[in-house]
Amino acid sequence: MRNFVKLMLASLLVFVLAFALIGCGGQTDNSEQPDVATDVKKLLVGTNATFPPFEMQEDSELTGFDMDLIRAIGEVQGYEVEIQHMDFKALVPSVQNGKIDAAIAGMSITPERLESVDFTEAYFDAGLIVAVHKDNQDIQGTDDLKGKKLAAQNGTIGAAYCDEVKKADAATETRIFDDIGLAFMELEKGGVDAVVNDHPVTAYYLKTATDTSIKMVGDIFSAEDQYGIAVKKGNTELLNALNEGLIKIKENGTYDEIYSKWF
Amino acid sequence: MPLSEFTFGLGILDAIATSPGYRVVTNNFVYFLGGAWYTIFITALSIAMGMVLGLFAGLAKLSKNKIIYGLSTAYIDFFRGTPLFVQIFLLYFGVLPLIYDNDPLSSAIIALGLNSGAYIAEILRAGIQAIDKGQMEAARSLGMNERQAMIYVILPQAFKVVIPPLINEFIALLKDSSLVSAITVAELMHRGDLVFANTYQATWVFGTIAMMYLVITKTIALLGDYTERRLATE
Repeated sequence: MRNFVKLMLASLLVFVLAFALIGCGGQTDNSEQPDVATDVKKLLVGTNATFPPFEMQEDSELTGFDMDLIRAIGEVQGYEVEIQHMDFKALVPSVQNGKIDAAIAGMSITPERLESVDFTEAYFDAGLIVAVHKDNQDIQGTDDLKGKKLAAQNGTIGAAYCDEVKKADAATETRIFDDIGLAFMELEKGGVDAVVNDHPVTAYYLKTATDTSIKMVGDIFSAEDQYGIAVKKGNTELLNALNEGLIKIKENGTYDEIYSKWF
Repeated sequence: MPLSEFTFGLGILDAIATSPGYRVVTNNFVYFLGGAWYTIFITALSIAMGMVLGLFAGLAKLSKNKIIYGLSTAYIDFFRGTPLFVQIFLLYFGVLPLIYDNDPLSSAIIALGLNSGAYIAEILRAGIQAIDKGQMEAARSLGMNERQAMIYVILPQAFKVVIPPLINEFIALLKDSSLVSAITVAELMHRGDLVFANTYQATWVFGTIAMMYLVITKTIALLGDYTERRLATE
């Protein structure tokens, strides 16, 4: 019993100390805030860093095409860009309720999303592609997906496409993962017949993965699939600033530099 | 006055019924109910597996044989000492594919069953140890061997002791079963996730799902209370 009391007291102490530390952290944060130059506007950007080469984590740094792009836009438009990682499906709601100012995450501009957020001009043409196991001769393209097991990432247009296939043929089985890496892993281990995903991401995976047993089949489809940066509905100030920045970096060659760095 | 209050009330109802979130919930209600049913199904099978594993591992933990004791301790330590989420991924993508062509549903039941087995083992061990030593001695003096004494005298009494912690474990497992949504099992949480990803109605979707979980866990708790009362001797 005495030991138990000691244990409880020790836990309480740790708890209090932890709180004190958090408290200190918070305080220094607060005292630093007024020092920040007021002419530099903060831009809190959300992303889902599981989508190489657009966004990924390398050596605890967020890198990728989108990350370079938004930082470049921030630079020309005078924003201090801070990037935060979150679930892909949480990005649009986070923009909606103002938790983040903008979202850049290889996010396709779709009519459904346009109901909830505003998008900048498209900054990338993606399109979808089907990926299958190397030995698979059955599936040559989108026409052969009916009745098969399909994987995709939740909230993406690839997942929406899988849903449509399933609606057309109820024998189709869909496995919708929270990130695309898991969908590829599922295909590698033979759990599904195909992955439907954005072409550049699948192509990058095949280029960089070691010992992959996946190949792409058929043509790139859904060519209307274009990426945009999402901002809160009605936030025209930010929307214009981002669009302006996009034009600027296209004109001064930064966009091409970033493009050739990643593709 | 009462009339305006009445219309005021109607106004609120009207606002709810026309809100996009409400429509998302009504459109998907049956789909969610199917998910709730799936959750119950997965949990029930996992509990069945966990009870069998737990009984063996719990008895093994009381064994004087060092190897049997060591094995069950290792099993319990691993599955109690690592996050269930990690276990699910480890089993689904790592271990199970080496054994058979694993699908999400069976993998989920195996992961949840192995995990709950470890907890149930400790619950049963504690239950058995809570029975007075004299019971075993009395049974042995009546000519039963240790095995008979365990099956006919100790375990039935221990079972009564362990009902409350077992009910706790069942409720915890039902809630934890939401984690298998990560390997695309179409249970309640996964269905909520899919609907949320296309509608962004967090409060409505997850609020509805939370209520469904609550109804199920409350039902398990009530069933537990009932069983406890039925088995009460005094």
